Formats: sequence, C-alpha cells, structure tokens
Amino acid sequence: MYAPQILIEAALNGLMTGAVYALIALGLTLVYGVLHIINFAHGALLTCAMFAVWGASAWLRLDPYAAMLAVVPLMFGAGYALQRCVIGPASGGSDNNILLVTLGLSIVLENGLLAIFRSDTRTLDSDAALQVVEVGPLLLSTPRLIGFATALAVTGLLWLLLERTDTGRAIRAVAREKLGARLVGIDVDHVYAVTFGLGCACLAVAACLLMPTFYVNPRSGAAFVLVAFTIVVLGGMGSIAGALVGGLVVGVVESFSGLFLGDSLGQIGIFLIFILVLLVRPTGLFGVRG
Amino acid sequence: MTRRDALPLVAALALLAVLPFCGLPGSALNFLVTTLIIALAGLGWNVLGGFGGQYSFGHAAFFGTGAYATAVLQLRFGWNAWGGLAAGIGLGTLVGLAIGYLSFRAGLRGSYFALVTLAFAEVFRILANAADLTGGAAGLLLRLEPGLATLQFSDRRLFYLLVLAFVGAALLASRWIERSRFGAHLIAVRENEEAARALGVDALRVKLGAIALSAGITAAAGCLYVQHFLYLDAGVAYGTWISVEALLAPIVGGIGTALGPLVGALALQGLGEATKLLAGGVPGIDLVAFGACLIAVIAFAPQGVVGLVRRLRGRRPAEA
Repeated sequence: MYAPQILIEAALNGLMTGAVYALIALGLTLVYGVLHIINFAHGALLTCAMFAVWGASAWLRLDPYAAMLAVVPLMFGAGYALQRCVIGPASGGSDNNILLVTLGLSIVLENGLLAIFRSDTRTLDSDAALQVVEVGPLLLSTPRLIGFATALAVTGLLWLLLERTDTGRAIRAVAREKLGARLVGIDVDHVYAVTFGLGCACLAVAACLLMPTFYVNPRSGAAFVLVAFTIVVLGGMGSIAGALVGGLVVGVVESFSGLFLGDSLGQIGIFLIFILVLLVRPTGLFGVRG
Repeated sequence: MTRRDALPLVAALALLAVLPFCGLPGSALNFLVTTLIIALAGLGWNVLGGFGGQYSFGHAAFFGTGAYATAVLQLRFGWNAWGGLAAGIGLGTLVGLAIGYLSFRAGLRGSYFALVTLAFAEVFRILANAADLTGGAAGLLLRLEPGLATLQFSDRRLFYLLVLAFVGAALLASRWIERSRFGAHLIAVRENEEAARALGVDALRVKLGAIALSAGITAAAGCLYVQHFLYLDAGVAYGTWISVEALLAPIVGGIGTALGPLVGALALQGLGEATKLLAGGVPGIDLVAFGACLIAVIAFAPQGVVGLVRRLRGRRPAEA
C-alpha cells in the first residue's frame, strides 16, 4: 500500500487544488443562484481569463498575482457586458434559450481563441511553479499554498459582499423574488449583469492562481468546467458554502482517484459523483428545492 | 399525411438522391455524406429535444455507442457490417433507454438533464479511451475491403444513397411523430408536463419512448460514420463535437419540425465550408460561425430556417 506520507500529501494537494476549483464553482453557483441559469460559457470565460493572465505576463512582464489587479476588473466588465448585451436580450428569458445562448457563446469564445492563438499550449516562463515550503516532513508547493489562501479569502469577501452591502442585498432580493425586487425599485437587469460580472471576476482570480502551476490552451477551460458543474451540483446549486465544501471534496477525490487509478481513468471518479448526486439528490448537500 | 405536407419532404429527398449523378466531384460527395450523417444525428436529437423538449447535451453517448458497436463487432467478433449496423442501433437504443430511465425517474429536466447527459457522454469517452476492447487511445481502424457484406462500396454514390435512405426513414419517423397520438402526448409533455399528466398521459413512458427512438436514430448515424471513415477513437465517437452538431442542426434548421435538422445540417455545413474558404486555413473559424449562428437564431428566428421560410411565405408558423 501507500506510505501515510504520500496519502497525506495527496489529501493536502487535493485540498489546495480544491480551493481553486471552489472559486471557479463559486462563479457558476452565484450565477445559477441569481439568474437560475447554467452558464455553459463558464469554461470558455475561464480560458479567456487565463489567456489574459498569460498575455499580461508575456507582453507586459506582469507577475501573475499582480496581474490580478488588471484582469479582475477586466473580466468583471466583460461579464457585465455579455449578460447585458448578449445573453439577456438574445434569450428573452426562456431557460432553455439561455442554456443554448451560453453554449453558443462558449463555442464562439473557445474557437475564437483557437483561431487567434492556435492550439499550442502556453505556460508562464517563471520558476515560481517549482518553489516549495517545508511543513514538518511534507513538501508543499508555494503557488498552490498561495492559491489555497487566496481562494478562501475571496470566498469570504464574496460572502461579505452578499451579506453586508446594499449591492449584495439587492442581489439576494433578486435571487429570492425577481418580481418583488422589481416592484421595490431594484434594477433587475443591472443586478443580473453585476452578478454575471462577479461570476467572471471569480474566474479571473482563479485564472491568476492557476497560471503559475498550470498551462493554457484554447481547450483548457473545458477541463475545469465539468469539475465546476460537479462541485455546484454536489454542493447544491446556488449555495456558496456548498461550492466551497464541494470544491474541497472534489479536489480530494480527484487527487486520490488519480493516485489509485492513474491519470487516464482518474477523472472518472468526479463524473461518477456527478451522475450519482444528480440522480439521487439533485438538490445537493446544501441546496433547497426551488 | 396530406399531400401538401409531403411535398417539401419528397422534393428534398428526390433532389438529394439525384444530386450525385450530376457529375459531382468526389470532395463534394464526401461533404454531402458527412452532412447527411450529421443531419441524421440531428434528426435523432430533434425527436427528444424538438418534439419532447428535453435538451440533451450528450447525444455523443448514442452516436459513439453505435459507432463502437459496429466497429468492435466486425473487428473483434467477425460479424459482417450489416449485423454490426443493426446491433449498433440496438445498443444505442438500449443506452438511450438506460440513461433515460435513470434521469427521468430522478425527475431531471432542463439544465439538469442537459448536464447529466453531458456527464454520461464524458464517462463513456473516458472508458473508451482506456479500455482494450475499444482500442484505447489509439482507436480502431476498419480494413478497406469493398463488398456488400462489409458495407463498403467502390462506388461511393451507393453508400451515399444508403445514408440518404436512413435520413429518409428518420424523416418519415419525424412526420409520424407530428401526426400520431404518441407525438401528441410527447408535445403535451413538452408544453406542460403536469397538465399532460393530469390528463392521463404517462409522461415517463412517453419520454422513454422518445429517448429510445432518438438514441436509435443517432446511433445509426454513428454506425454510418464509422463505415464511411473506417476509423474511430474516443474523441471522435464520444466527443463534444457530435453532441453539439446534433443539437445545432435542428435548432438552426427549425426545432421540432421534421425537415429542420436536414435543412440545418445543410445550411451549417455549407456555412462552415464557406467560412473556411474565405478565412483560409484558420482553425476553428467555422465553429465561430456556428456559435454565432446559434445565438443569432435564438435571438431572431426561434423557429430556425424552416420558420423563416414559413414566415416569408406568409403562413403562420406551425402551432407547436
């Protein structure tokens, strides 16, 4: 069998990756909770953010963590505009239409990136990926540790934003009762777009945290999006705590199934969880039936 | 079926049947075969998605099962191609029933149904990519061996006519759905499942019937695909591309109409070739056009090309 140290390291690695997964899922779950739509363009938008981080590093020589200051507002703006100018008007409010519009969007974005950057895989040319911290007998990768801490902090900030600010209150009101919110004078279309923008901002943070240890090509977001769907479904659609717990669980499961089953079959553990949760308890661990 | 309804259908089929005998170059024939295979997959999707309102994002699960069954039975078990074709359709139907039973029993619809079908297709892709039976990541190669038993013809036009026959059969099935009691039940479930149930429609059974027929038709497309290209790997068989193509064709052509998937497949593949010609070799540019087309159709022409034509001819769009 495996030495305990390997198992502990696998668990910790899983937790650290899981926190970044949680951040990606957070964007998805927020959009679902408020707009009641599944955003199929989430993966493609993550790829866009990753290319933005890569571009900032390759052309502007920006550190990926510093790039956060530019990429986050950029993605927020892009998300706001997309919801306001494309998704909202094109879908006319029908759920199935929104599903298809976001699918169309993901096809356009992914292949647009393919047309511009071709299918080459790109990484940041820095040695940050190799730095490690010693914790007792364990070696932990520094960028992953930073990713873990930042992801948790951003989740906390988002929670504060939703709970303590007027914008957050408006978002929660729209999520609960759209018509009522409109009646008390909340601009629902604006709130929708802000929410979508926040979802994209989460992706921008995730992209900055991923790029030091990961690579980007036009398809790399797709790998994360099914994982993010799994997390959201597992945690309960629309639940922020659920996304965080779901993300950590999925990170650990992926890490262990990769360890036991090898890389090619490793991902199957996630999909099996996904299908099982959908079939047995589609409301997830923290969800309430809508 | 009234004569006026049958006319566009018969005309389209007759035109497509005559086309290859008008001195078409080989590349154009290839294009038509691929387009018809995608149209067939789309006709399958349309049964469940168009008439039944259950949007699947994972029809690759059926397409790939049909394709793999056809290839594996010939290569590993020495079946002839016709047997492989029949078994492929049968297996695809069974997979459809199984996925349908699990997800409809769990009450999944809308986005949830889309997600679970997507996940099933991904599980199949990962398994096919790892298993020895399916040739793993290297894929399967069928021997080039023209003959009636291997379903490979030295005259490609014959294979084209075979694909067209399948498309014709699927069109007839769609027309039958539009006219039959089963179809009326299916459409009632799409419009309002609770109300349909209150009127005594067995919603689960109707949806299972729809997904079985839908999966069978799309599986047939998979079987014909592997017979045409003689090569298969997990990314082709169970990849997202075919799930997306199967859904784009009916939506762009006219969702829930019999001719929609065929019209949509022809329009989209034509558009793809045109953009490729114009943009010259830039990868992905045809798919950018597809995605933009999808958004535009949903925004401006929810009944697709067929709906546009109907509107231009001054007829009211068909009551769903």
